[in-house]
Amino acid sequence: MDYLALLLITASALRLAVPVLLAAIAGLYAETSGLIDIGLEGKMLVGAFAAGAFASLSGDPWIGLAGAMAVAIVIAMAQGFASITLRGNQLVIGLAINIIASGLTVFLGIAWYQRGGQTTPLADAARFPALKLPFAESIAHVPVVGPLYNVALSGHTILGYLAFATVLATWFILYRSSYGLRLRACGDKPEAVDTAGVSVVGLRYSAMVINGALCGAAGAYLAIVQGGAFYRDMTAGQGFMALAALIFGNWRPGRVLAACLLFAFADAIQGRLQGSVLAGFEVPTQLIQGLPYLLTILLLAGVVGRAEGPAGAGRPYVKGER
Amino acid sequence: MRRMSTVVGGVLAAFINIFIAVALGGILILAVGEDPIAALDVVLQGAFGSLDGLSYTLHYATNFIFAGLAVAIAAQANQFNIGGEGQAYLGGLGVTLLCFAMPGFPWYVALPFAIVAAMAFGAIWVAVPAYMVARRGSHLVITTIMFNFLASLLMIYLIVNQFREAGSMIPASAAISPSLELLRFDQILAAVGVQVPESPLNVTILVALVCCVLVTYLVWHTRWGYELRAVGANSEAAAFAGIPVNRVIIQAICISGGLAGLIGVNEIMGAQHRLMLDFAFGYGFTGIAVALIGANHPAGIIPASILFGALYQGGASLSFLFPSVSRDVVIVLQGLVILFAGGLVHVLRPLATSAVEAVLVRMGMAGERI
Amino acid sequence: MLITKPESILEAVPPAIEFIGLTKKFGSLLANDNVSFAIRAGTIHGIVGENGAGKSTLMSALFGLYKPDAGEIRLNGKQVSIKSPSAAIARGVGMVHQHFMLVDRLTALQNVIVGSEGRFWLGGRISACREKVTAIQRRYGLAFPLDATIRSLPVGVQQRVEIVKSLYRGAEILILDEPTSVLTPDEAKGLFHVFRSLAAEGKTIILITHKLQEVLEVTDNVTVLRQGRCIVTTPTNSVTRASLAEMMVGRKVGRISDVRAPATCDVRIRVRDLAFRDPSGTARVSGLSFDVHGGEILGVAGVSGNGQTELLSMLAGLVGPSDGSIQLGSLTVTPNQPASPIKVRASGVAHVPEDRLRHGLVPKWSALENSVLGLQRSGKVAGLGNWIVRSKVAEWCRELMIAHDVRPPDPHRPIRVFSGGNQQKLVIGRELALDPEIILVGQPTRGVDIGAIESIHRKLLAQRQAGKAILLVSVELEEVMDLSDRILVMFEGRSMGELLRDEFDERVIGLMMAGSQRDSAIKQIGGGEG
Repeated sequence: MDYLALLLITASALRLAVPVLLAAIAGLYAETSGLIDIGLEGKMLVGAFAAGAFASLSGDPWIGLAGAMAVAIVIAMAQGFASITLRGNQLVIGLAINIIASGLTVFLGIAWYQRGGQTTPLADAARFPALKLPFAESIAHVPVVGPLYNVALSGHTILGYLAFATVLATWFILYRSSYGLRLRACGDKPEAVDTAGVSVVGLRYSAMVINGALCGAAGAYLAIVQGGAFYRDMTAGQGFMALAALIFGNWRPGRVLAACLLFAFADAIQGRLQGSVLAGFEVPTQLIQGLPYLLTILLLAGVVGRAEGPAGAGRPYVKGER
Repeated sequence: MRRMSTVVGGVLAAFINIFIAVALGGILILAVGEDPIAALDVVLQGAFGSLDGLSYTLHYATNFIFAGLAVAIAAQANQFNIGGEGQAYLGGLGVTLLCFAMPGFPWYVALPFAIVAAMAFGAIWVAVPAYMVARRGSHLVITTIMFNFLASLLMIYLIVNQFREAGSMIPASAAISPSLELLRFDQILAAVGVQVPESPLNVTILVALVCCVLVTYLVWHTRWGYELRAVGANSEAAAFAGIPVNRVIIQAICISGGLAGLIGVNEIMGAQHRLMLDFAFGYGFTGIAVALIGANHPAGIIPASILFGALYQGGASLSFLFPSVSRDVVIVLQGLVILFAGGLVHVLRPLATSAVEAVLVRMGMAGERI
Repeated sequence: MLITKPESILEAVPPAIEFIGLTKKFGSLLANDNVSFAIRAGTIHGIVGENGAGKSTLMSALFGLYKPDAGEIRLNGKQVSIKSPSAAIARGVGMVHQHFMLVDRLTALQNVIVGSEGRFWLGGRISACREKVTAIQRRYGLAFPLDATIRSLPVGVQQRVEIVKSLYRGAEILILDEPTSVLTPDEAKGLFHVFRSLAAEGKTIILITHKLQEVLEVTDNVTVLRQGRCIVTTPTNSVTRASLAEMMVGRKVGRISDVRAPATCDVRIRVRDLAFRDPSGTARVSGLSFDVHGGEILGVAGVSGNGQTELLSMLAGLVGPSDGSIQLGSLTVTPNQPASPIKVRASGVAHVPEDRLRHGLVPKWSALENSVLGLQRSGKVAGLGNWIVRSKVAEWCRELMIAHDVRPPDPHRPIRVFSGGNQQKLVIGRELALDPEIILVGQPTRGVDIGAIESIHRKLLAQRQAGKAILLVSVELEEVMDLSDRILVMFEGRSMGELLRDEFDERVIGLMMAGSQRDSAIKQIGGGEG
């Protein structure tokens, strides 16, 4: 494999990582606040549908993005209401969100667009353009670094760059702000936050607003940047992949980013490895596709490393009950 | 008295849940400009209106009974097995391998072996997550989600690379030998002189009903069941009482996986007669809805399975008659039912139970309230 | 009765806190019944009462965790409505809960400032917080490392973090709920010293406790609660230990008669060099050796958290020892030969666990199903073979309930609606049903009403009389002293030595609980008197 091919794989991995990364960071906010969220997949899917609908209607990708975020926030609020206020079972609720999303997007897609669940294909104006980073052309001939910058790092969409910036912002919010401190305390021991005079309910709802916005953005990336329209079940398990990245990244922004990149590289490479022979074996593509799940299972089984999530996650908070 | 109001309250809560979900589904249909009452009529006609439709309904219900029982028995150990789909695929793999190993045998000879193979494959597939729950404290939900994806990838690999007939473009294995095809109810009816169109309802439904009886006895009338429920209700107290908590959890989850595996018998030997991709698509999730509505008890799981079987079958007729309504509305209903069961757990049931209690008191049936 | 009027009404300066007719119900239970009394600013005020007397409920109302059903609270003479902890904090009320409200994975500093950080971004701000916290630490002598995570700190130190947390939020009124239950007598003295310096600055300290010695030692005034009602509020120097105890329980407190047959000599429990390290590698129990004979009660005393729970868990087969050996009747347990609760039970050991609702019962089950928990494989109960015959088990349960005076004797009643005493009687009855030779008992009367305490104590003494070997773990020193033939005192997982019945002395045991060896403790006390 030559250097250019490696760079092309890198570029494609960076593109593939974006939706999973956004969803994983969304999950990070929910779980840090103490809510287990297995509904990432569903909110992404609804976001993707909304993005496809709004962008095709308005012809503006930003309106598509805003619509996706708004709709996903609405779903996240419903999820929050059921799990925070009504203190329901967070796992069951998240699962229900996924199922409703998969049915509803197809149902509405068929009813509104009559394309077998697909939305109207987006015109170029309704999609985010690829951005050339400054000086990309001029330093392209500098050995090693130049092509890396020009081919792999430059040429992504604004949404992609924003996704990576989100990781940095999240790190600062979680570890360098009072909000983050409260959020982390809330996920580990909500009663400590409550007796410190901060509303557990308020914190958890605020986390779910961020969660919904990021899930919506993840869906928007799928529909506006990758797909050029919404297709039925277009998330194809990426919400669960995000969950795996969240666990594999031990609920820390930097490591979650690393996990997403690892999974994305595996995904980007599989196309190339297809049919190739390694040490006398033909590597099945399915093995590489399953790698993120296998790695997460190995992690959880204690074969590699150790995962420690928020201690209070999954437990509804009841005031005064200790 | 207390028991009665709890049971009746639970049933009432389930009905309210279903009613709200169906009402919301109706609004959805209204929203796309169709008549919800007419749609409901189509669903009911499709599901129960003909012998043909009814037998399809019961065929789906058979799968959902297995899936629901699987969720329910794990739930008794306070474990949430959402990997029924993956375990069903592996069960189907077991059945297929067995069928290829026993070509030409009559179905009634092969059936017991197929049941064992399906349960064994399902149980083995869930054994790793079960072990991880018991020994490492990993969350069964997370691990079984991962195992669902792995199962799906494994099936793609096996079917495309190993089982596919040479030259065939269809992602499916070769057909099993015709003698292994399970006896269908239309065949039984034909034997007594009633001609009905062919439908996949087969003897596996009897296996499902036997499983219901066995699970009832196992959980509520045996010592092992007592220990299982102790582990589920208070695992620490169970450990103090000398119950091997981890072993019971692993056993319960493996039985759960085995029950989900039985879907493979119904689909491969009973209906499709070959191993196909996605033959159990979404069944694990339906099993959760069934178990939640059925209160994790076979007496509730059977009617809940028939309900969802009817929605599956009736939903298929919908899109024929209403072009803008797809059968996915059924999936939405299923999701809503799960949402209300999970989200309103602290609202609906207590409300219904106290309502029933109030009615009983007013009717003078209170007697000695203990 | 000694009900005093809130004197404060007559005074010019309004009291810091005043409860007027406060009432709180939980279902049919009156947790606080028309409670009225006042607490003066700058004093240390004790609130005593038995478990369930309504102390914690009252303080939770003051801290905004519960909303009272009737009555009012006045702070500095002004009626206030405290709807949440944040409202309480804003009014200068701080609370140190019995179970600390600290986040394990955060540092001490982060725990102190969470919720009162002052600004959104913590970058530069954190050093300002650090200075403020250090100032408080220095002022009151509450030392702890600011950047250590809570889980790396011992409990006594965690408590200091909790106190600083309240002071950091500007608490003028500090409530402490059973603060000494996790402290050695020495650490408790240090805490009382902190109280005095806080009170000297005009802060008001409310000490909730059921230990009378503490009240007499440190408080200025004391309020006695009993069954939700305020019995008296009075200056501490006007009461004695005996009069306080009498007011707490509502009658004269005597000791159980003390005629004792000697132990029957043969050793039933033999523990040698026993050690236990928790998963993080910390030694919880080390070098522990003792014997328990038939017909004998060995009491294990100590501040809670000094290895008693781990000792019980090892004896019951729940965890394996890291070192040493245990001999239970004919069963030998070593690190290479671990036991399990099943094996331990099979060799004639019964276990009444420390926390009955978590470890002894399944709260959502009926008495019937709870009455056979742990007996399901004994073959002792009719109807409980491979198949369960419910009616037969119900019959067994009813007999058990009648024999052990569990009221009401209704097998189908959910166990959680029985009182603590009746739950405990069912647990003890069930554990004795197999006629065990060895009985492990943890905190037998925790959260149990007075009447049931006596009956439980009598039951244990009867088992001793019948020649059983009993190991009793309790943090209630009086209970241990009343029941035991010998007392072993544990400190930081080690034995500080054993005392025979005629050597029992609260002061000696107190010193041993703080880490003095038996002989030096006896010498210190003897020397002090002589």
